[in-house]
Amino acid sequence: MAELRNIVRVSKVTRTFQLGKTEVLALKGVDLSIAAGHYVSIMGPSGSGKSTLFNMIGGLDKPTSGKVFIDEVDIAQLDAYELAWLRCRKIGYIFQTFNIIQVMTALENVTLPMIFAGVNNDAAVEKGIQLLKLVGLGDRFRHKPSELSGGQQQRVAVARALANDPAIILADEPTGNLDLTTGEEIISLLKSLSRERNVTIISATHDIKMLNVSDQVVWIRDGRIERIEDRAELSISVGQIDTRT
Amino acid sequence: MKKNLPLSSSKKTPFKHSERLVVLPFKKSLEISWQSIRVRFFRSLITTMSLVLAVSFLSFVNVNNDIANGLLSTRDTVLRETLNRFGYDLGPEDTRAESSPKMRWIVILSLLVCVVGIVNAQLMAVTERFREIGTMKCLGALDSFILRLFLLEAGMQGLVGSAMGALSGGLFSLLAAVVRFGTVVFTSISWVEVAGSLLLATGVGCFLSLLGVLYPAVVAAKMLPIEAMRVEH
Repeated sequence: MAELRNIVRVSKVTRTFQLGKTEVLALKGVDLSIAAGHYVSIMGPSGSGKSTLFNMIGGLDKPTSGKVFIDEVDIAQLDAYELAWLRCRKIGYIFQTFNIIQVMTALENVTLPMIFAGVNNDAAVEKGIQLLKLVGLGDRFRHKPSELSGGQQQRVAVARALANDPAIILADEPTGNLDLTTGEEIISLLKSLSRERNVTIISATHDIKMLNVSDQVVWIRDGRIERIEDRAELSISVGQIDTRT
Repeated sequence: MKKNLPLSSSKKTPFKHSERLVVLPFKKSLEISWQSIRVRFFRSLITTMSLVLAVSFLSFVNVNNDIANGLLSTRDTVLRETLNRFGYDLGPEDTRAESSPKMRWIVILSLLVCVVGIVNAQLMAVTERFREIGTMKCLGALDSFILRLFLLEAGMQGLVGSAMGALSGGLFSLLAAVVRFGTVVFTSISWVEVAGSLLLATGVGCFLSLLGVLYPAVVAAKMLPIEAMRVEH
């Protein structure tokens, strides 16, 4: 148990996009390993290839060359059914724009992935209520998204991401559309979930608040990994800033 | 270093393909599409309206024929005169009334226009729901789930819309006939034929509704889940 298992492994990945007649190289050979149970932030300016890398890890996009392994399975080898299964069972997504399905209640949103996974309705409802309680929305599960605030909608999204006990939660700028305090609440919720449930959380972000809770920060610039900082190094650098000021 | 561990670390047994299949039970898809119609009631109403009108026209024309045939079967020359006065082109020996080719063309055109209307409205609906579809796909929905949801929605809209259209067209036709010919209409008419006309109109309506949604539904189903991640609205 002492040795950390790599849940995500990215190996020599490049990705080119065809923009009109020119080819744009969004990722120029990225190698990255993410250990199970870690909270990893991917940082980088827009246009750095951050989102592209993020989509690769989520199985939403396939690399032009190189390989992406999720739990040591090469996602390029998976067919549409297996990919859907992977999205359903192994990965939970949290979006900047919440993406709660507007026509469904909070509870229905949370149960939907479980229905896809083949859980029967009663069990799904029971677990859904339990998850909504966990994220602090125990009394609001009959509400429609339009009756919930941004922070509450993001909590529903967190509960939905947890529905099938995924190994990985991918959060794309989860605090981007939230105010400071709500953003902090969501971050600490994610952090406590990653600790208690041993879920790997990978988030793409601009948000400096994220750095404090991250086990690892991956800085991306111009399609390459600029540096990877571990928690220990981070606190040292924060400490240095503290002593300077 | 090449290992092929099973995705689930707790279960060490090699997986069967069937275990790794996402599902959407039929009852649940029915529930989701019903809810989707209910919540977007006004939008569904507009999508359905052109179908209601076209189908009611079809059923109006067909029921008119049934009425004329009923009246002809009484072999009453006065009624035959009246029918001719109202636009039926009947020779003295004819025992069956048929709608004129011109009428048939108008009906076909109206049905065509209606299909185009449905395609248009459903394409709009797909665009509106891009994010919803993308999210569902991120949660593990297969192309076929999305296709099924759209087809079910269109099927329900088609069934209700064309039933309403068929009934209203038939009723209107009967009302107009009573005003023109009197209550003899009710005694002479073959109700079996009327029922047949209404059923035919409903069936045609359902078929057109499904035909109209086919292309938009395929567009929706083929959408990449990555679309849900895009920030712009």
